[in-house]
Amino acid sequence: MNIEYYIVLSIALFCIGIAGVLTRRNAIIIFMCIELMLNAVNLLLVAFSKMHHLKGVATNPNAGIDGQLFVFFIMVVAAAEVSVGLAIIVMMYRNVHSVDVNFLNRLKH
Amino acid sequence: MKNVLQLVWLIPLLPLIGFLINGLLRRQLSKALTGIIGSGVILGSFVISLLIFLQVKQGNTAVVDLFDFISVGKLSIPFSFQVDQLSSLFLLIITGVGFLIHVYSAAYMHEEEGHHFARYFSYLNLFVFSMLLLVLGSNYVIMFIGWEGVGLCSYLLIGYWFKNTDYNNAAKKAFVMNRIGDLGFLLAIFWIINKFGTVAYGDLFEQVAASAKTLDGTAAIVGITLLLFVGATGKSAQIPLYTWLPDAMAGPTPVSALIHAATMVTAGIYMIARSNILYTLAPFTQGIVAIIGLATALFAATIALKQNDIKKVLAYSTVSQLGYMFLGLGVGAYTGAVFHVMTHAFFKALLFLGAGSVIHAMHHEQDIRKMGGLKKYLPITHLTFLLGCIAIAGIPPFSGFFSKDEILAAAYGANKIYWIIGVITAGMTAFYMFRLYATTFLGKFRGEEHLHGHHPHESPAAMTIPLIVLAILSVIGGWVGIPEVLMPNAHSLEHFLDPIFAESGKYVHEFRPAHHLDHTTEYGLMGASVGIAVIAIFYALARFSKRPELGEPAGFGKVLANKWYVDELYNAIIVKPLQWLAKLLNGFVEKDVLDWTVNGIGRIINYSSRQVRLLQSGQVGSYVLLMVLGILAFFVIQFFVKK
Repeated sequence: MNIEYYIVLSIALFCIGIAGVLTRRNAIIIFMCIELMLNAVNLLLVAFSKMHHLKGVATNPNAGIDGQLFVFFIMVVAAAEVSVGLAIIVMMYRNVHSVDVNFLNRLKH
Repeated sequence: MKNVLQLVWLIPLLPLIGFLINGLLRRQLSKALTGIIGSGVILGSFVISLLIFLQVKQGNTAVVDLFDFISVGKLSIPFSFQVDQLSSLFLLIITGVGFLIHVYSAAYMHEEEGHHFARYFSYLNLFVFSMLLLVLGSNYVIMFIGWEGVGLCSYLLIGYWFKNTDYNNAAKKAFVMNRIGDLGFLLAIFWIINKFGTVAYGDLFEQVAASAKTLDGTAAIVGITLLLFVGATGKSAQIPLYTWLPDAMAGPTPVSALIHAATMVTAGIYMIARSNILYTLAPFTQGIVAIIGLATALFAATIALKQNDIKKVLAYSTVSQLGYMFLGLGVGAYTGAVFHVMTHAFFKALLFLGAGSVIHAMHHEQDIRKMGGLKKYLPITHLTFLLGCIAIAGIPPFSGFFSKDEILAAAYGANKIYWIIGVITAGMTAFYMFRLYATTFLGKFRGEEHLHGHHPHESPAAMTIPLIVLAILSVIGGWVGIPEVLMPNAHSLEHFLDPIFAESGKYVHEFRPAHHLDHTTEYGLMGASVGIAVIAIFYALARFSKRPELGEPAGFGKVLANKWYVDELYNAIIVKPLQWLAKLLNGFVEKDVLDWTVNGIGRIINYSSRQVRLLQSGQVGSYVLLMVLGILAFFVIQFFVKK
């Protein structure tokens, strides 16, 4: 399959993610949108990795493998972020009974 | 014994130590101890000066190196002292007369509070220290340090009673006027460095003497000497920078004696006498010096005719006598000028201290119209003051006669008009001094109601003894310089100072032969000046002993009483425009331009930060939007700019 399809799909996913982050107020939805963006990036990384592997395998059997490695890193970091972020959101809900991010602007005072 | 000369550093060091002790411990020391320390250090300096003088008299001179002071590139200015005929003579005058003034001060200032008394003595010591540095330095830079030092000390002492605004203004006036002169001196030093690469007297004068013919009258020499003379006009109160000296009367009377007699104002004379070879090579400057000196002598004498403040008369008389000295320097009579410095130190210190004694007796009354008849109450002061008046009037064989005569004879040799004006001034000197004497000491006492019925009484011994010593010196002090015509080979001062002025003398002899005065002319000149002085004295005595002028002066007298309105003139053409300029700078430039700019910048930053603060809304959404926009901008830049 053509690499352009992957790129277009990835851009679409990323934009949906951005739009979600920008427009939604529910912290959990925002989280999900961030995950979506991360996954768009992952998708691109895997696609490019595959592409490079196919092109360079004749000279180097490990060609393009770094892209896939990055995907794992991103997943680990995202998991860690989610665990911290969700803990914060849970604490926030306990205190204010809401997960509306706009509610957080009281921190500026 | 020759190594006595090596001890010369002790001479200025002792007053410096006195200054430190009295200054730092002013609240601990008793008045008696302060007086003993303050006067004692000067006495110590005087003793060493005397020993050194005896050495120098035998022909031993030296340059004593103390330490490296400035050493930049090819220029090296060591901190060293020069002991020779000129400086040792000045050392004797400064420490000798200075010591007497110190002793006198201890009694005169006794009413002051303890720590102010000590402050006074520490300033006095510092003054002597600066003056000693000035005359001892072996180069112009050290002279300049002392030069600035005496300027500072005069400021401190004139403004000694600092709670009085008028006195403070007088102090400031002295300081500022001196600074104007100092600038000239400083420029001259730079010019000398630029032209000759050295400021040390020995080096410099050798260089100059060696190439005297090529240097004679060149712009550089004329410029340097003129600038030096600007310095001298400031310190020695010559036209146009003389108005500070009469105002300097605001300080305590012994200070006036110190400034006017032994230190400070003689600095200009010393400097020019020291630089005599330079001046000999600049006839143009010599002419200026002579004319300014003569003009000052006459001008100040006319003002002194009408002053009613006992100290003001003496102050203008100092200005006038300094004018004589500059006349002497200008016509090349360097010995005569230095001689007059010496005799003037004696009789002017005497007159000032005598005036102080009168003021002391009159409970700080200084107006001679409220005195009169003091002869009866102050016998010692009266007699010594009279001797001082005769000396300054130039009656033989008192000291003033010999020195004044020497200058006048030299002036006659140079230009007969100089002599005529000089003699007229001498007549005025005799007149105003005896007007002062007659109004103060003769006639009836006119101050009863002021003193609440108490009669004035003679001052304590600590004040009268210096008066007596100075009176003796005023009488016999001139005998070291008896002119050739009266007694051959009796002018020991001239022989003594010969080495200092030898080079310029040789040069004058070779290139500008003067007419030698024959003896008949000299007798005639003496007769004329003494005759005029005697007439003036008797006229003044007759005029003022019985009916002193009490009315307000009118007509021309009023102009004189108001000092030719020079202060008003300076006020109008210098002070007022400067104040106007200052007002403009303060009101417009400072407030409307500078303040506005500075505050404006502050206000802009203040305003913009208040606006930027609004971005910090706490809205997570807006933060994220900004982040995204930022990333987008980043991409755009990457895409368009980098390519």
